[in-house]
Amino acid sequence: MSLLPAGAIDCDIHPSVPSVEALMPYLEDHWREQVIIRGIDELNSISYPLNSPLTCRADWKAASGRPAASAEVVARQALDPFGTSIAIANCLYGIQLLFSEDMAAAFARAVNDWMVKEWLDKEPRLRASIVVPTQNVEMAVDEINRCAADKRFVQILLLVMGDTPLGRRHHWPIYAAAEKHGLAVGIHAGSAYHNPPTPVGWPSYYTEDYVGQAQAFQTQLTSMICEGVFTKFPHLKVVLLESGFTWLPAHLWRLTKYWRGLRMEIPWVDRAPGDIVRSNVRLSLQPVDGPPDLASLMKLFDHMQSDELLLFSTDYPHYQFDGTAAIPDGLPAELVRKIAIDNPRATYARLMETVG
Amino acid sequence: MNEVRTQPIPEATVASKVAVADGDIHPARQGPKDYHPWLSQRWQAHLDEYGSPARQGWQVGPAYPKSQPNASRRDAYPPEGGRPGSSLGFMQQQHLDTNNVALGILNPLGSGQGVQNPELSAALCHATNEWQLAEWTSKDSRLRASVVVPYEDAVASAAEIRRYAGNPAFVQVLMLSRTAEPLGSRKYWPIYEAAAEAGMPVGVHAFGYGGNPVTPGGWPSYYIEEMTGHSQCQQAALTSLIIEGVFERWPTLKMVMIEAGFAWAPSLAWRLDKHWKTLRSETPHLKRLPSAYMRERVWWTTQPMEEPEPRAHLLDTIEWLGWDRLIFATDYPHWDFDDPAHALPVRATEEQRRAFFLGNARNVYRGCGA
Repeated sequence: MSLLPAGAIDCDIHPSVPSVEALMPYLEDHWREQVIIRGIDELNSISYPLNSPLTCRADWKAASGRPAASAEVVARQALDPFGTSIAIANCLYGIQLLFSEDMAAAFARAVNDWMVKEWLDKEPRLRASIVVPTQNVEMAVDEINRCAADKRFVQILLLVMGDTPLGRRHHWPIYAAAEKHGLAVGIHAGSAYHNPPTPVGWPSYYTEDYVGQAQAFQTQLTSMICEGVFTKFPHLKVVLLESGFTWLPAHLWRLTKYWRGLRMEIPWVDRAPGDIVRSNVRLSLQPVDGPPDLASLMKLFDHMQSDELLLFSTDYPHYQFDGTAAIPDGLPAELVRKIAIDNPRATYARLMETVG
Repeated sequence: MNEVRTQPIPEATVASKVAVADGDIHPARQGPKDYHPWLSQRWQAHLDEYGSPARQGWQVGPAYPKSQPNASRRDAYPPEGGRPGSSLGFMQQQHLDTNNVALGILNPLGSGQGVQNPELSAALCHATNEWQLAEWTSKDSRLRASVVVPYEDAVASAAEIRRYAGNPAFVQVLMLSRTAEPLGSRKYWPIYEAAAEAGMPVGVHAFGYGGNPVTPGGWPSYYIEEMTGHSQCQQAALTSLIIEGVFERWPTLKMVMIEAGFAWAPSLAWRLDKHWKTLRSETPHLKRLPSAYMRERVWWTTQPMEEPEPRAHLLDTIEWLGWDRLIFATDYPHWDFDDPAHALPVRATEEQRRAFFLGNARNVYRGCGA
């Protein structure tokens, strides 16, 4: 097993909202009443069926209720065993699925306030991403501005499948706000399910949905590069979360070939896609959707042409590995150190501001 | 910029060039009247009055304007006039003879596949198949046809496959990748049944309009995104075929993924294996690792070849995929044509080159053995 250096920075863990009751103290009166009179139960997305073997590792399950539902449990299961110095909490609650933008904005405010009080205030090793109502960009920017004063928020959280591709210009105020506040933009696996989760329609099996997340990430990378997001916001850091990463080289080869042939359509893209990725895009480590042997994995790292792209993550409590084997066996110690510490520090501008 | 410049045709140097198969040639019609010998008066009148809309909004032309007229090489316009790909004589001179194509697989596009009216779609596909026989395969023995099927109506498609099952001019069943549902869906199973029975691989060519956005996060802005996105469509289609158990159900069925790249395939195989191991309780109908079905039952045409820098990285990818999985293709007469003289810039053994350029195609397509 490759050893993690002391003080690893885990860039993707998932605290659970234990129940809608837990958010009630953080919802405004109108919305608290709506929850009650309309019988709004849980906003749990089908992206992670509650009892699927992937959604929670067996030894991380709770005796009752949701896993990862308190700061104490997360510290014991996800931070202590890995010697983690900082972990970034990405709350996956179905806010992006809602069709009402007002309701989405209200739940986003509640989740972010709940995150501060129930997690960040209780566990000093935690940082968090700002959940935003992507249904309405103005509301999303309002929420970013509201939360950004708390430096423990280090990132804005988006889902990889929304209503329109993330490069589209109407999303750009979110990126402007990110750049202004020194926040990264994290794009996480999952869908609003407002479009079919594959480009050829709705699949029959959950396995297809989960495997297909990688294709969604490919299309978002295409969109953000082709629309010129990184030309307009050269300091923006975009982090692909729970994306897998072994697809990246082949995707860049294809996109670069078409960029050479079709760049007259997108003349503002003045650098090769691979160069843009190396300066502005990062990917979380887990799940390592890689080849079974170390030699092939090392070739793949070679194809990525940079040791600065990957950020350590456990994807806790999702089941991606056993024990503490979060780093693939046999990786060189220098690379492990970059993945676990140097790369996250270089990616998240705010991370070190809040370290005592 | 649209002026067509005449370029000198290189002398055919057959003797000095290795023979190749071309797994993706696009024969074109001069116009809709080319199909009239095989279309009833009713459909001729219908086309004139209502056209043949698919699940996108334009009366004429693709959803995203192409980068060149007819998406074609500017030097591919026949001297006698007409659309690129519409003249057999010029195709022979410019491509088949010059590049020593020993076996050319015809994949007609714009043929009625994906047309919304199901009866019209079936009628146009049938006319396309008869037209391939009359105008192409009967006139050049190097060419083989694909059974073009109205795939959104699988029962009609199966009937069309069985109609040509005994005709050696047809070596493949042709679908497009942008279907209304993922390819493994039960809706399409009669197609696989008939293809397996006929001993023909099912080729899945990029493009088509199934009504779904080309990304699972909505419609993108640019043609380059649609073009790049065809590889994600084929990844999703292949995932569906494997996970739904199509290969388990038809143990002799072969698939050929056409014109959407291949370098994505090893990563997809690793990812499928990793997550299938975790989630296998969901799909007890699968008896083997997902990658095992890919390794034995799926082929990829090569164009457009991925072009990493350094090129040697592509060699790793082909080795992960297997040298026996690739079928060379040019996409003639389209703009992103891959030239056989330059398409394989990596070091390869003589045996690997022979498989890549010709041997694999001969193994996949029925009756094309050396």
